[in-house]
Amino acid sequence: MTTAEEIKHVEGTGIPIRGNNIDTDRIIPARFLKAITFDGLGDHAFEDDRKSMPGHPFSNPAFSHATVLFANENFGSGSSREHAPQALKRWGIGACIGESFSEIFLGNATTIGLPCATAAVTDIETLMALVEQSPETSFSLDLETLALTTAGHTVKLRMPAAVREALLTGQWDATGLLLDNFAQVRKTASALPYIKGF
Amino acid sequence: MGQTLLQKVWDLHTVRRLPTGQTQLFVGLHLIHEVTTPQAFDMLRQRGVKVAFPELTYATVDHIVPTLDQQRPFADALAEQMIAALERNVMEHGIQFSDLNTNSQGIVHVIGPELGLTQPGITIACGDSHTSTHGAFGAIAFGIGTSQVRDVLASQCLAIDPLKVRRVSVDGTLSPGVYAKDVILEIIAQLGVKGGVGFAYEYAGSVVNSMSMEERMTMCNMSIEGGARIGYVNPDDITFSYLNNRQFAPTGEAFTQAKTWWGSMASDTDAIYDDEVTLDGNAIEPRVTWGINPGQSVGISENIPNPNSTDVETAAVQEALDFMELSAGTPIAGTKIDVAFIGSCTNSRLSDLREAARIVQGHKVASHVKALAVPGSKKVREAAEQEGLHEIFQDAGFEWRAAGCSMCLAMNPDRLHEREVCASSSNRNFKGRQGSPTGRTLLMSPAMVAAAALNGHVSDVRQML
Repeated sequence: MTTAEEIKHVEGTGIPIRGNNIDTDRIIPARFLKAITFDGLGDHAFEDDRKSMPGHPFSNPAFSHATVLFANENFGSGSSREHAPQALKRWGIGACIGESFSEIFLGNATTIGLPCATAAVTDIETLMALVEQSPETSFSLDLETLALTTAGHTVKLRMPAAVREALLTGQWDATGLLLDNFAQVRKTASALPYIKGF
Repeated sequence: MGQTLLQKVWDLHTVRRLPTGQTQLFVGLHLIHEVTTPQAFDMLRQRGVKVAFPELTYATVDHIVPTLDQQRPFADALAEQMIAALERNVMEHGIQFSDLNTNSQGIVHVIGPELGLTQPGITIACGDSHTSTHGAFGAIAFGIGTSQVRDVLASQCLAIDPLKVRRVSVDGTLSPGVYAKDVILEIIAQLGVKGGVGFAYEYAGSVVNSMSMEERMTMCNMSIEGGARIGYVNPDDITFSYLNNRQFAPTGEAFTQAKTWWGSMASDTDAIYDDEVTLDGNAIEPRVTWGINPGQSVGISENIPNPNSTDVETAAVQEALDFMELSAGTPIAGTKIDVAFIGSCTNSRLSDLREAARIVQGHKVASHVKALAVPGSKKVREAAEQEGLHEIFQDAGFEWRAAGCSMCLAMNPDRLHEREVCASSSNRNFKGRQGSPTGRTLLMSPAMVAAAALNGHVSDVRQML
């Protein structure tokens, strides 16, 4: 089983998605889940928000090549649809920096190699204001030092240690890791009363 | 030192600590459905990997199922493509499937318990966030995404971080007309939609202890709406008697032995919790959401909050009020509705339909309201029909539909149109959730939906009992 790509750095311009509790129905409305592949999901990221909110960052040409998404609190709440981080990644997002993330979203993003890190509320505000004022600002995310740097400015980031390790070592696609000790899996299973038949 | 149920189940299912630091956790039951699995099966095929434990995997079809015309092929070609993909995948891998031709098809979180697949002390994963429902049995059950579905299909394991446990006790007793739905909406309103991130919620207290299994399922179902990926109730005699004689539950001597083991998995009386919260059940009244997340609810006698009051987030409240076109400081009671929906994995079980039918019986749905009653499974539908509930609903002007997710998330023909306002027994009032990007959802109990359907506006069901 091959290991996945090691993810150590993400570089590019930013895009701000303001608001707490941006749920996965907003990131990708359920009607776009009616498909048997993830193809084309990027085109529909934030589709309904874009229609109802003139000037939504995902419609703004100034952000059309952005890589780093800035979010507020509890980003990706709601449904467990992996289609949400898939849509963002396929749109071009390479990393998310927010005040906090919903747990399932964070897990899904990690398993597809999309790093999500958190930063202090004041730092997020500074970063959002910066990209709104100067969308061309370039950022460099370093997962080894857990820092986001831009001209003359470094922001400290946080990320669960295991998630960071998985991304850095290319083990974010866990299938291989979970299969490489299958005898132990069988042993754990056979000791469970409900599998033994009580 | 005592342990919580979560710790006991976690330890028992831990295969090893992974090099990354995460736990390799064994999954005792993998429930699958048509929406979040086709890509996972494709990835398996690309990697030449088989399903490791097909006997611990169980499939149904629910999200895209039309509740009116189930003739195959479905009118919606995309829906047909999805059900066909699931049929092909379960056939290829030898997975049991409650398909539309069986008498056991239904919403995954309704049929798991109904068939006795859901049992105390086991781990359950499913590509759906409302998998927390199964925690009602003292299972550790949580939602996963498609790549994790792939991992579970391939290895029956997940790479996952452990959670903390918050005990949420609801003391006292509930008044007539107040239901599990109101309790969980109250909990989410108090603890917030992200209050549970990083936690499993253990529900306890006299209110929870006296609840039926179906009520406990409603509570656990919406744990994720409070940010908690897992919610559970310790197994007790109510749990055991529910499981007795279910298709996949142990029988005879095995059932007796299972009961002993199930009981031993409950949290110890001296278990240490990472956090504890207590609510007064006597003070809970029927609740209704006024906003765009499930934390934004008020009691039926209360007013819609004012964005300028100091204890709420001004911008978030204003955004919600603008979208909902509701006025701050006015009563939620009296809010006009266009659609009434009784259904979803939260509230589509027999007791939900009985409570709603009790309100509806002998009355008529308001002339401007479209009303839907959608049982959660074929078995629920059949049991309801044996009691004549379908006639009560139909006589009142409700449409009586076939089992499925229906209008909860509109991946099927049931959906809101334009700016319609829906009184809904489902779980999410997110913008666009019910199929119209501008449609509006008011979450409430099935009895409250029934009351709103009859009056044409949000009403206090306690006055109609």
